[in-house]
Amino acid sequence: MINFLLLILIYTGLYALLALGQNIITGFTGLLSLCAAGFFAIGSYTTAILTVNYGWSFWFTIPLAGVLAALAGALIGLPTLRLKGDYLAIATLGFGEIIRNVILNWDSLTRGPMGINGIPMPTIFGMVINPYRKWGYLTLVWIFVIVFYFLLKRLTRSRMGRALEAIKEDEIAAYSMGINTTKYKVWAFMVGAFVAGCAGSLQAGFTLSVTPNTYTFMVSVMVLCMVVLGGMGNHLAVILGALIIQLAAEFPRLLGLSSTVPPQFKQIVFGLILVIMMIYRPQGIVGRKKVNYDKFVGNETRRVAKKSEVN
Amino acid sequence: MSLLYTKQLTRAYGGVIAVSDVDFSVEKNSISGLIGPNGAGKTTLFNNVTGMDIPTSGSVHFNDKDITGVPAFKISRLGIARTFQNIRLFKEMSVLENVMIGRHFKSGRSMISGRTVNALTSYMKMKSEEKDVYDKAREWLDFFGLDEARNEAAKNLPYGNQRELEIARAMATEPELLFLDEPAAGMNPQETDHLMSTIRRIRDLGVTVLLIEHDMKLVMNICEHITVLNYGKKIAEGNPSEIQKNPLVIEAYLGKED
Amino acid sequence: MGSISEVFQHLLNGLTLGGIYALIALGYTMVYGILKFINFAHGEILMVGAYVGMFAFDFLRGDMPYGPLMLVVFFIAMIIAMIISAVLGMAIEKIAYKPLRKATRLAPLLSAIGVSFILSNLAAYIWGTKSRKFDYPFDNTAYNIGGVAITPHQILILVVSMILMIGLKLYIDKTRMGKAMRATSLDQDVAALMGIDVNKVISLTFAIGSGLAATAGILVALDFKVYPTMGAMAGLKAFVAAVVGGIGNITGAMVGGILLGLLETFGVAVLGIPQGLKDTIAFGILIIILLVKPEGLLGKAEREKV
Ligand SMILES: Nc1ncnc2c1ncn2[C@@H]1O[C@H](COP(=O)(O)OP(=O)(O)OP(=O)(O)O)[C@@H](O)[C@H]1O
Ligand SMILES: [Mg+2]
Repeated sequence: MINFLLLILIYTGLYALLALGQNIITGFTGLLSLCAAGFFAIGSYTTAILTVNYGWSFWFTIPLAGVLAALAGALIGLPTLRLKGDYLAIATLGFGEIIRNVILNWDSLTRGPMGINGIPMPTIFGMVINPYRKWGYLTLVWIFVIVFYFLLKRLTRSRMGRALEAIKEDEIAAYSMGINTTKYKVWAFMVGAFVAGCAGSLQAGFTLSVTPNTYTFMVSVMVLCMVVLGGMGNHLAVILGALIIQLAAEFPRLLGLSSTVPPQFKQIVFGLILVIMMIYRPQGIVGRKKVNYDKFVGNETRRVAKKSEVN
Repeated sequence: MSLLYTKQLTRAYGGVIAVSDVDFSVEKNSISGLIGPNGAGKTTLFNNVTGMDIPTSGSVHFNDKDITGVPAFKISRLGIARTFQNIRLFKEMSVLENVMIGRHFKSGRSMISGRTVNALTSYMKMKSEEKDVYDKAREWLDFFGLDEARNEAAKNLPYGNQRELEIARAMATEPELLFLDEPAAGMNPQETDHLMSTIRRIRDLGVTVLLIEHDMKLVMNICEHITVLNYGKKIAEGNPSEIQKNPLVIEAYLGKED
Repeated sequence: MGSISEVFQHLLNGLTLGGIYALIALGYTMVYGILKFINFAHGEILMVGAYVGMFAFDFLRGDMPYGPLMLVVFFIAMIIAMIISAVLGMAIEKIAYKPLRKATRLAPLLSAIGVSFILSNLAAYIWGTKSRKFDYPFDNTAYNIGGVAITPHQILILVVSMILMIGLKLYIDKTRMGKAMRATSLDQDVAALMGIDVNKVISLTFAIGSGLAATAGILVALDFKVYPTMGAMAGLKAFVAAVVGGIGNITGAMVGGILLGLLETFGVAVLGIPQGLKDTIAFGILIIILLVKPEGLLGKAEREKV
């Protein structure tokens, strides 16, 4: 039981990373991307191929996984930037499918549908982080979640975050305010994909094998659900979203009801969450985080400017 | 020397020629008006000058530099800011944030990756950058009398204030030339009076103002120079009294209105 | 590349595949034309239509032998499926999309993804994940015409999709309701001002699109069986077809569908693209079209007015 709980928490951590990445793309910038699974897959396969075929250390594959996923993000971002929401959704969905199809068919590199087995267990200072014993891996994954949480928070708590939100609110107005919307959109894709790629890498180190059918559209929708449920544009909220969705998905098994609750249950719940949230609470459970600038810059006593100094 | 001028500017949408061969200019430090009946091509002219749209032919010059086809985000950096006919605020964001976005390109270095590194590494630097943006934004809010409402979501402001907030946001880019597309639309007489004094104060800061407006009282009151478009063509220009007397204008526009 | 007859064979296969894409694409394009959003659940409506058609057909035909009567029964089953799908489409619109008409663009899109998830999983729960056979209403032995094999099923597809497309085109161009639809897709507010019942038009759009999807579902199912996820890939590709033709444009959807069918067939047969990457062709085309001519072949470039 405790083992199962730990397992859920590890997956929650992996999904929290995916959700953090998706949040940059969808939550902040308002771009409906549907290829989280694709970036995730690129990360996993990078680690699997490099560790198994080339004997790389697990740790070095993580940043590379992120970078490769980010490049894929730029690749999808660049051509599709000019597209409006719905087109972008389809194009990214198609892109995710292309990634999966390529993985399925590029036998010499990915071993096709069989996937890659025998990824070595990660070691640190000579100690093996044995995924079967969970605690170690749980710590590792959540360290990543915490680090990315702070990094992304910092990134978005600046003019960059404001620019992304402006693009989400009104792209034309943002453009006319001197924001290079194209650049920021590609950037958002790259950052989001980077995080997802790292998550993929961690996932490979945990399951020790990768197969293409792990990275289906279903994963992308689940990640999207987490962001929508928690609250778009709020980092902590989407981590919460990841936790809730994971618990909801595994709840039959947690209660030992897996034999009575049909396997479709969780997907139906995701679908319901999306529809109901959109109708009744589109901002998510927590909603967008309002920054208190008066407090943030710590400057309530500022002198009132003389009008002539405005210029 | 004109601050901005166009040469035979034309924009056709398929068969519709929205702007046709227009030679148009704005004098430095003036308040100018662009008028004409609905569908005359005024907004299209704005869009083509501000980079929101690309002219079919002709050219646009600002400070004697050819800016034809330069994208909007660069044009705003060159010193032309604008508002929109249908208010385009960042609705969910606060009043303050709206104006802070106006400061976007005035703050920080320009390389996005450099800035990313910056945002990630130096908290103090980021904070001081933010403080500058914040201070300037509040100065502009003061100027427009919107400072009290700074933490409200923009969408919750009364209509007249939303229009002024849009101008505040544009002014935060510190433009040389400010374009206003029907700033008084939907305003009541008091709000319009307030707007007129605001526009004069903006001009007094040394900013050139060009506005599109259907409210003739406002136009005749504050504009020193007026250009009239009809069916995409320039049919007249001059000072308010000349325009009011011009038979072509009366026929095309005032005649119909009264 | 072989003989002339081979070319004709591919042409025929491509056309039938394309006819089906076109039928599905019409639903996407009509909804997009009016509501400016992608009905992600369209593929799932197709799937429900196929199930309903199969059940109705199995129930009605008993152990009837092949013959004209069986064809009649088949068409009755098809009509039942169309009606039920139409009702389903309208219900989905009322429940999941209508409350979101004034929301951001993202909202109905996400809601539609939700609906599609609910439908496909509900179907899997109720009817099981195993694929079921949809029996041909005729002996499907191919005729050989000058070296080209044509099956009765292919003839059925060509005839049914032709009739439906021509019927739809006439309906939209010639009838009052068709005019109302066109007016609504040009400008909803103006249409409402002119006394058009916009809600009714939207409902009708969903009904027609869903009915066509049900037909397409049945036509696909005859070859590829019925299963809960059958709508996903078919729907996606049909969407690509709609975009290629110019989304919002009815003729465009037809052209795009047929073109995509031909490209896929020839891509595999002539260019030797592996069967496994066949689906990739559609998405590759999509991305190219979006890059080069985002408004599609027949669509009009549409810029957001500022
Ligand atoms: N993006 C576009 N595509 C096609 N036609 C357009 C587009 N934008 C404007 N037009 C057409 O160009 C003409 C001029 O429009 P414009 O909006 O510039 O007029 P305007 O003078 O601003 O009118 P108003 O006073 O009503 O705002 C109109 O006939 C309009 O329909
Ligand atoms: Mg206008």
